[in-house]
Amino acid sequence: MGTGLGGKPILNTDVFCFAPPDTLQEKIPPGVLHPKRIFRGVVAGVRDYGNRTGIPTANGALYFDERYLGNPIVFCGTVGLIPKDMCEKNANPGDAIVVVGGRTGRDGIHGATFSSVELHEKSEQTSGGAVQIGNAITEKALLDVLLQARDKGLYHCITDCGAGGLSSAVGEMGQDLGAVVNLEKVPLKYEGLSYTEIWISEAQERMVIAVAPEKEAELLTLCKSENVEATVIGRFTNDKTLRLFYNAQPVGEIDMDFLHNGIPRLERKATWHKTVFEEPNMPEKGDYGVDLKKILSAWNVCSKEWVIRQYDHEVQGGSVLKPLQGVNNDGPGDACIITPVLGSRKGIIVSNGMNPRYGDIEPYNMAASAIDEALRQIIAVGGNLGQVALLDNFCWGNTNKPDRLGSLVKTAQGCYDVAVAYGTPFISGKDSLNNEFITEKETIVIPPTLLISAVAVMDDVRKAISMDAKAPGNLIYLVGLTRPELGGSHYYHVHGYKGNNVPTVDTALGKKIMDALSRATEWRTVRSCHDCSEGGLAVAAAEMAFSGGYGITIDLKVVATEGVIHRNDTLLFSESNTRFVVEVQPEHRQQFEDIIKDIPHGLLGKVTPEPQFKVYGLNNKTVINENIYDLKETWQAPLRW
Amino acid sequence: MTKPKIIIIRTAGTNCNQETGYAFERAGAQVDVVHINSLLANKKVLNDYHVLALPGGFSYGDDISAGKILANQIKYHLLDNVKTFIREKKLIIGICNGFQVLVKAGLLPSVDMQQQDVTLTFNDSNKFEDRWVYLKVCSGKSAFFKEGSAPIYLPVAHGEGKFITRDQGVLDKIVMNRQVILKYVDENGEDAGYPWNPNGSIQNIAALCDSTGQVLGMMPHPERHLEPTQHPRWTREGLREWGDGFVFFKNAVDYIKQNFTIR
Repeated sequence: MGTGLGGKPILNTDVFCFAPPDTLQEKIPPGVLHPKRIFRGVVAGVRDYGNRTGIPTANGALYFDERYLGNPIVFCGTVGLIPKDMCEKNANPGDAIVVVGGRTGRDGIHGATFSSVELHEKSEQTSGGAVQIGNAITEKALLDVLLQARDKGLYHCITDCGAGGLSSAVGEMGQDLGAVVNLEKVPLKYEGLSYTEIWISEAQERMVIAVAPEKEAELLTLCKSENVEATVIGRFTNDKTLRLFYNAQPVGEIDMDFLHNGIPRLERKATWHKTVFEEPNMPEKGDYGVDLKKILSAWNVCSKEWVIRQYDHEVQGGSVLKPLQGVNNDGPGDACIITPVLGSRKGIIVSNGMNPRYGDIEPYNMAASAIDEALRQIIAVGGNLGQVALLDNFCWGNTNKPDRLGSLVKTAQGCYDVAVAYGTPFISGKDSLNNEFITEKETIVIPPTLLISAVAVMDDVRKAISMDAKAPGNLIYLVGLTRPELGGSHYYHVHGYKGNNVPTVDTALGKKIMDALSRATEWRTVRSCHDCSEGGLAVAAAEMAFSGGYGITIDLKVVATEGVIHRNDTLLFSESNTRFVVEVQPEHRQQFEDIIKDIPHGLLGKVTPEPQFKVYGLNNKTVINENIYDLKETWQAPLRW
Repeated sequence: MTKPKIIIIRTAGTNCNQETGYAFERAGAQVDVVHINSLLANKKVLNDYHVLALPGGFSYGDDISAGKILANQIKYHLLDNVKTFIREKKLIIGICNGFQVLVKAGLLPSVDMQQQDVTLTFNDSNKFEDRWVYLKVCSGKSAFFKEGSAPIYLPVAHGEGKFITRDQGVLDKIVMNRQVILKYVDENGEDAGYPWNPNGSIQNIAALCDSTGQVLGMMPHPERHLEPTQHPRWTREGLREWGDGFVFFKNAVDYIKQNFTIR
């Protein structure tokens, strides 16, 4: 709503990081709520606010790691639609400063600074006031009225009251002008706020707009007609000074230039020392069915249907590819697609990628892998790299400490290199630092957490592809190169290891693979497609099978590898990037193979009518032979709350 | 003006007005979305329309209970106009939150009742759920649905959709009067429990009309299955010409065209 002259929110995406819900109560430090309780509370909050504001929550992810115990992370993103000619905004001297929407309260004082301080046992008591108390309907009414005001040209600059509240909203809008604000005019939720609290409260649902004097009356009338409060609290000036008054008493005066440019640039020291983790030495086994089930039931991989169904992912009527897919509407989709303009075939694809465990080993690869993951989800559903934009969200520990900052720098380098190589620009991002929790015994530092979100435009949504296996007899390919990259993998994780061979990204090859697959979907030779991420080939193929209600039989001998891989478990569970499991109808085989002939691929097997997921290993013996309904049950059981 | 005219009422927290309006437009109607404040300030405007639609959402946040505040605005400020609207053989439709409003305004199951006899309460699962359901048309009493076809497939998305009646007598009466328009069924058209019945409604009731058949309330969202690409399995089963929800809007527009001279 605060971008340009205001966009219309068309989609929400929510990514949460918590400690595992089965964490033992004894391990919960004083001042911390159990992660299961936090999880339930966060889902309830997103459900109530997201659903009531009428924005579909159609994409998201959940990530669990013990180190989020003291600092759970909640990423919420919104995609908006804005007319191209409404992207520019500027306030003018003489414009009224109008605060629209909710009232100002004592909630959300120092919210922004709180989100970036180290937490401890007493934080619950000392920082409670930092939490804003939102009201979804105030927001929705505000949105309805603002879009009308925008289209009528009733204001020409708008900013939300985010971090810093009115202080940053007015400060930003008046940067090149100057402003006078009469703080006693700000409508309050209740009496008793000091002028400082009024000025910095981060109470929700408030927007500041700049309104030309001749439009004031019309704006106020419009707002009133829909029960939305709008109040003139000051004026923009041309003296390049910010002046605050409270009941005519001057309570603040500062030069705008100093306010914006006065802070000296800090220099920080960053170091990076690669940690070498224990390399597992697991004996080879004849059967990996148990390992597959362990990964399918891991918190990060298991079905998130319990969460997804509580969000309205279809409001606004544009849903094309839902988060849950397949014969029973319950398989794990790669990315979601919506058509925000009703009646148009143009779609928006939204996906995300994240893997903090890679970051423990090598932050650069974590960034590269997260971008690759977000992009391959776009490709998997039928998109292409042509019109993709990325966003980065950094949540880190205390970056005053050189090692934390070092991993952040390496991550940023990875972001830069891979985004440039793939030709996918970063258009926005955010950060939250100092995510550390101090207990009497230790300091819990969150893992370096980079969330990459990707947004793409799709010309014709009727070419979208879902991930569920479609029909017996169809061929199953693995497209992309498999390397022995089990470092940070879920296979190692379920066995208690981290390893060191973290997946790399070969952007030159990756781009070739993605472009080829986009051509293949464009020409409608792909029946289903699922990217390989956590759990590698085995998990991707198993998910396709049980989501489609058919079996899949594959042969590991024909997997395209870099060098020779001697182990079945490496082939099954390696998390090498830029790989896709693709289902092709036999009649499209020639056409599909023509498109992918220059990139590594293997025709691994086919979809079968028998509900069995069967994998033949390097020795021609079955290394996995599991009933798909058993696998599905294993995958669905953990979060069936 | 040759198109039936639809008025869609919105207020703070109304969410589905745009797609509902779009659906009526695709079916050949002209649509105006009007804020309740504006309608209450000029109630006569209602005379210009043939169909009054209360779309889905969370009117006033569903604070107090779902749809209650908007229901009271209609009950205490607009009831006479609404009664005239019904007397003139015009149609009223409430979808999801709109159904909750109609029930709590006392317009369903009968506009003449003395007390609220039915309600929509919290789902048995005790949470909001977005899922697709199969529905059987069990009565031809409403102009919006024709009886006897294969199950239709629409999504529900609500936390308070469990239909209950005050007592068995009320239930018997609405069943006998053939006011139950839609029932939740499984894909074969048979009665089934959760999740086919997503909320625990008695007798799997998903939609209800009034004694005249002109007022309809339904929990499922026909406007969310207009385009064939809205079907959750279109990538498996292929694209049809229209989604199952389209016929609902088409029937309403056809009814108006048949019963009114549209100038």
